[in-house]
Amino acid sequence: MSELRKRLASWDSIIVLLTVFVLVVASFSVTNFGTSRNFTFLILDLLPIMLVALPMTFIIVTGEIDLSVASTLGLASSIMGYLWNQGLSIESIIPICIIAGAILGAINGFLVTGLGLPSLAVTIGTLALYRGLALVVLGDGAVADFPFSYTGWVTGTIGGGPVPNVLILIVVLAAVFGVILHATPFGRSLYAIGANAQAAHFSGIRVARTKFWLYVVSGAVAGLVGVLWTLRYSSARADNGAGLELAVVAAVLLGGVSIFGGKGSLPGVLAGVVLLAALQNALRLQDVSGQALNIVTGALLVLSVLLPNVATSIRTTWQRRRLRRAATV
Amino acid sequence: MTAAVAAPRRIFSGLVKVRELGIILALVVLVGYTAASNPRFLSGQSIRDILLNTAILAVMAAGQAVVVITRNIDLSVGSVLSLSAFTVATLMSDNPGLPMVAAIAVGLVVGGAAGLLNGVLVRYGRVPALVVTLGTLYMFRGITYSWAGGQQVNADELPRHFLTFANDSILGVPWLVLIALVVVGGVSLLMRNYRMGRELYAMGSSPQAAELAGIKVARNLLGAFILSGALAGLAGVLFAARFGTVDAAAGTGLELNVVAAVVVGGVAVFGGSGTVWGAGLGALLLTVIGSALTVLDINQFWQQAIVGALIILAICADRLVAVRIARSLRKKDSHV
Repeated sequence: MSELRKRLASWDSIIVLLTVFVLVVASFSVTNFGTSRNFTFLILDLLPIMLVALPMTFIIVTGEIDLSVASTLGLASSIMGYLWNQGLSIESIIPICIIAGAILGAINGFLVTGLGLPSLAVTIGTLALYRGLALVVLGDGAVADFPFSYTGWVTGTIGGGPVPNVLILIVVLAAVFGVILHATPFGRSLYAIGANAQAAHFSGIRVARTKFWLYVVSGAVAGLVGVLWTLRYSSARADNGAGLELAVVAAVLLGGVSIFGGKGSLPGVLAGVVLLAALQNALRLQDVSGQALNIVTGALLVLSVLLPNVATSIRTTWQRRRLRRAATV
Repeated sequence: MTAAVAAPRRIFSGLVKVRELGIILALVVLVGYTAASNPRFLSGQSIRDILLNTAILAVMAAGQAVVVITRNIDLSVGSVLSLSAFTVATLMSDNPGLPMVAAIAVGLVVGGAAGLLNGVLVRYGRVPALVVTLGTLYMFRGITYSWAGGQQVNADELPRHFLTFANDSILGVPWLVLIALVVVGGVSLLMRNYRMGRELYAMGSSPQAAELAGIKVARNLLGAFILSGALAGLAGVLFAARFGTVDAAAGTGLELNVVAAVVVGGVAVFGGSGTVWGAGLGALLLTVIGSALTVLDINQFWQQAIVGALIILAICADRLVAVRIARSLRKKDSHV
């Protein structure tokens, strides 16, 4: 167990160090990376991935997955555009979108925990379903005439400085999720579920109910991000955030969370998100096309799982060889 | 005693048959209803279009079915299609003299190599197939994008014999459809009657048991991924020939439809059950739904939502079958 914990701690510190390294190198070698203006853009760019990654970390720690988040985001954005066209006020649209997200999450949760279906297949299904419904709600047009008081707040900075307003949101939500995961019995129970759901059940943890609520929270956060996305680009579209689920899963796994559940930490995930966003930002500043960046994202995703595996197998062969040598001597 | 043993077996085989029968029934009802409201749905041209559209999806679904039967998944197929389509289209526009067979061979090799990479990472890197193929989905797409940039290969740059291939037919059956039939039929036969096929089912039912039983798990798994990649590569060639215009965005999001076809076709996501021809039927059903929406004048935007709902419905049906089998087995145990 201590061996395990040591390795975990080391992966966390590796990823944090790597992130700091990338940030430092980029601000020295990439023109315009270290400017306050670019800092604002960096935060705005990582906002959706960061927020969606928080509940995703919880879900993956329990050994499940939610691939429908980006489609939930898109559907929330469509609903927002539709309701705005119907003449509702922004103040009432925002809570409706978040609740809509929570309901979509509850559907996932019911299918996974109530019917006992595999979450991977269920959320691939709802990925298609929710994105399809987003198209049904809004078609392929866009709604763009949102009031500046809201779009301005999302893209604006605190007192006109380099710190974007949305950073407050990121910090508060990250702190809340971090405390819940690492400092409450509920957080510990998530690791127990991920390590062995059956054992967790027999030790009195309500496994199904816990997972259900995680999906509800994941949906609600995706709904909120749908609102923020719409306001940031001042455009409600059915295809908003398409493909974001891959970036989120990549960031979470890069942050050291095991896809099999039971392992990982929130600081690692935060570092993973920043690393991914900083790399993309730096490469984009050097005129690498957005689509070519996919190679980096994909490679990081595979490497984040591959490298720890390779390290473990090298260590075990090494240990076995040492034991054999000790035995012959 | 014999009755008690025979009963669950009968239920089991009955339910398995019901899955493919269910798709055929759904197809019949859908086609019947659509044709009744618009007879042109059954015109020669309309049927031809549906079959041509099914062909590419069915070829990919056949490979995906094999991977899913081993309790894995290959999400990279859409990106492999675009890589292969762009490679072949560039090759053909540079060397117009090359025969069609060469184009198909290149597509198979490109796809097979991509599949090999997936398989090696899954088996030897011990990275789950979901993570590997999610990663390579990004990577292969990114490679195509950085190679193609913003350009596309247009139909007028491609040799005539390459473009007419998609529309040519023997005895009234288009080449594309013939290839799809041969692929689905051939892979079905491989999975049903040959040793490797049965071993793949065994691996999907219980990976550990398969390993202990002496099955060459590594070889078979690599084979499954190479097959899925190669068929996606073949689909890329067919795509380029059919549409003539190829850019780096070709086949974006296609993996969803392929997985949907496989799951709707009755291949359980837990592995170990389902048939390749069922997946082919799933591909046909999805395409027919798309065409029926157009003919019935229903908003096209519903199509993706229906695909999603069908996936969920199909998983629910699998679950129902599994629960019922478990119950009937338990009943048998309690009698003994």
